[in-house]
Amino acid sequence: MMNAVPISWFLTLSAILFALGVAGFLFRRNIITVFMSIELMLNAVNLSFVTFSYQHKEVSGHLFTFFVMVVAAAEAAVGLAIILTVFKGRSTLNIDDVNSMKH
Amino acid sequence: MELLDSFIFITLIKAAVVLAVLLTTLAYLQWVERKVIAHVQVRPGPYRVGPHGLLQPVADIIKLLTKEDLLPPYVNKPLYLLAPFLAISMALLSISVIPFGPMIKVGPVTTWMQLTDLNIGVLFILAVSSMGVYGIALAGWASNNKYALIGGLRSSAQMISYELPMSLAIAAPLLISNTLSLRELVMSQAGGIFHWNILHGPFPQVISFIIFMIAAFAETNRVPFDLPEAENELVAGFHTEYSSMKFASFFMAEYANMITVSAMATLLFLGGWMAPWPVAWGANLVPTVIFAIAGVTALYHGANPARKRDKLTLPVFGIIFLIIAGVFLLPIVQSWLLPLFWFAAKTGAILFLFMWVRATLPRFRYDQLMGFTWKFLFPVAMLNLLVTSFLVAWTTK
Amino acid sequence: MDVILFLIFAVVAVVCAINVVVQTHPISSALSLVGVMGSLAVLYLLLGAEFIAAAQVIVYAGAIMVLFVFVIMLLNAGAETKKGRSYLIPGAPLLIVFLGLMAYYVQRYLFPESAVVRFGGFTGGGPKDIGNALFTTYLLPFEVTSILILVAIIGAVVLARKEIE
Repeated sequence: MMNAVPISWFLTLSAILFALGVAGFLFRRNIITVFMSIELMLNAVNLSFVTFSYQHKEVSGHLFTFFVMVVAAAEAAVGLAIILTVFKGRSTLNIDDVNSMKH
Repeated sequence: MELLDSFIFITLIKAAVVLAVLLTTLAYLQWVERKVIAHVQVRPGPYRVGPHGLLQPVADIIKLLTKEDLLPPYVNKPLYLLAPFLAISMALLSISVIPFGPMIKVGPVTTWMQLTDLNIGVLFILAVSSMGVYGIALAGWASNNKYALIGGLRSSAQMISYELPMSLAIAAPLLISNTLSLRELVMSQAGGIFHWNILHGPFPQVISFIIFMIAAFAETNRVPFDLPEAENELVAGFHTEYSSMKFASFFMAEYANMITVSAMATLLFLGGWMAPWPVAWGANLVPTVIFAIAGVTALYHGANPARKRDKLTLPVFGIIFLIIAGVFLLPIVQSWLLPLFWFAAKTGAILFLFMWVRATLPRFRYDQLMGFTWKFLFPVAMLNLLVTSFLVAWTTK
Repeated sequence: MDVILFLIFAVVAVVCAINVVVQTHPISSALSLVGVMGSLAVLYLLLGAEFIAAAQVIVYAGAIMVLFVFVIMLLNAGAETKKGRSYLIPGAPLLIVFLGLMAYYVQRYLFPESAVVRFGGFTGGGPKDIGNALFTTYLLPFEVTSILILVAIIGAVVLARKEIE
């Protein structure tokens, strides 16, 4: 028993990281921190994929993780470009201040 | 438990040996660089501290250790202390998968001359060098100094831009050798110089080698790509606010990175520790011949030397070289000394190329440097990979 | 031995993740996120996913997070000063406990073959297997993601360029 980790522990860790990502996404005001919480959620999901791939002894889970990483890279590039544009216009990174369309 | 003890024990001994040799090499690599640049510029270089300046690295180490280790009050302390630690630990970590030779027998133990063989060895080295970017970026940020910040950002942008053509140039010989493990990579290049990846198979990897070397110069921040740390630009770049041991760690990290990329070039393109022609044709006598010629030349010049001090030092060096030439003939040490000699000779030749280029070429401007990688090197590397993969697919069944 | 390794790196991952959410200055959050990714890479090695572990360090921790760190350094906006209404303190632990218990019981009782993870339990995660699957079964997603990356590159270049007056 000492040299084997139950699979449920990996899934619990993935859920904890996902929950922390959701908490950061909902409760933080700085837009870059919000974006990093999204990346944390994606990492938690990657861990789930790889864990289930181990359980079923297939390599498809690893492939899905690979595609998630690629999409996260593309999203990070475009998202950070959008953040740069918003900062150039408003000189603030606080998402509460980007509210000029509110009535 | 006996077996486990034995494995851990052997690995610890190997790690200690590699670390000792590596740290000495790092110190003396700086001596070699100063001598090479000096002789290219027709001047003697370090000469007074010990015979032919051989104790100069010791003097430099004493100087660096005893200098005042300043912690400026306006820096971001945790990141300021973390940055050189990251730089040097990542630089040293990548040495752990490099094979220096074949399997050897030391007393009752048979072991490979490599700390560990991962089956993703090439990816491990790429991963560790990607993490090394953080050391430089954080050093620039933590110094709270606009010159250091710009220098750090420029240097990290340059490093990640040149990782792309480097990875593509690494991928091409991997298609020919068909493995990511560094040990198998060397074993697949056995059989003489025409089996080395640079001359092998359906498409000799000469273009890949050139692209890899150019990207390696940029990855290690060496001339002609050393704008971010040049002395007459940007004060001193990202290590402006560092002094004494932390400054020394950045320099050690740069030399360790140089050794890593030279070792990678040797393993990927030049056949690792394999001899260029088979043993039956006398490959075992090459080191003896080289050291014998060096010894005879030193003795000849010792007979009527240009400077009075050399009347003693040159004959001593001549005798030492002749003794080493004799050592290479002993069959006991040949099994591990000869592959080590070939590996060191090839890596040393590439390191000499680094120093030769430093003494000769001017440096690129930053926009020329970035334009060069994105508009020229990256498309050329992609085309090279395309041609290699097409030819490999065509000729293998 | 595997249990000790898992516990160490799981604790490091959770502590770094809490740090990401709690720290005020974005650069500390970014470096903690790099720590999370590093510990996850070790956990992938425990699960036999060697290629994914290397890709995680090269792509995620070594390129995407460097991009984040660059943007934070260039924008230089400083630590968060305005405190929003802080639901973080009661909200986050409840969320974590709820999701953690849910995941644990889902795995224990819906998938009753209580599998365990040890080093060497799954050897099909090497580069050869990934390459085989990527270029045969998953060829269409592979090509589509390359077009996606091209679109992202064009988008990022267009968004971030200087306006020509």
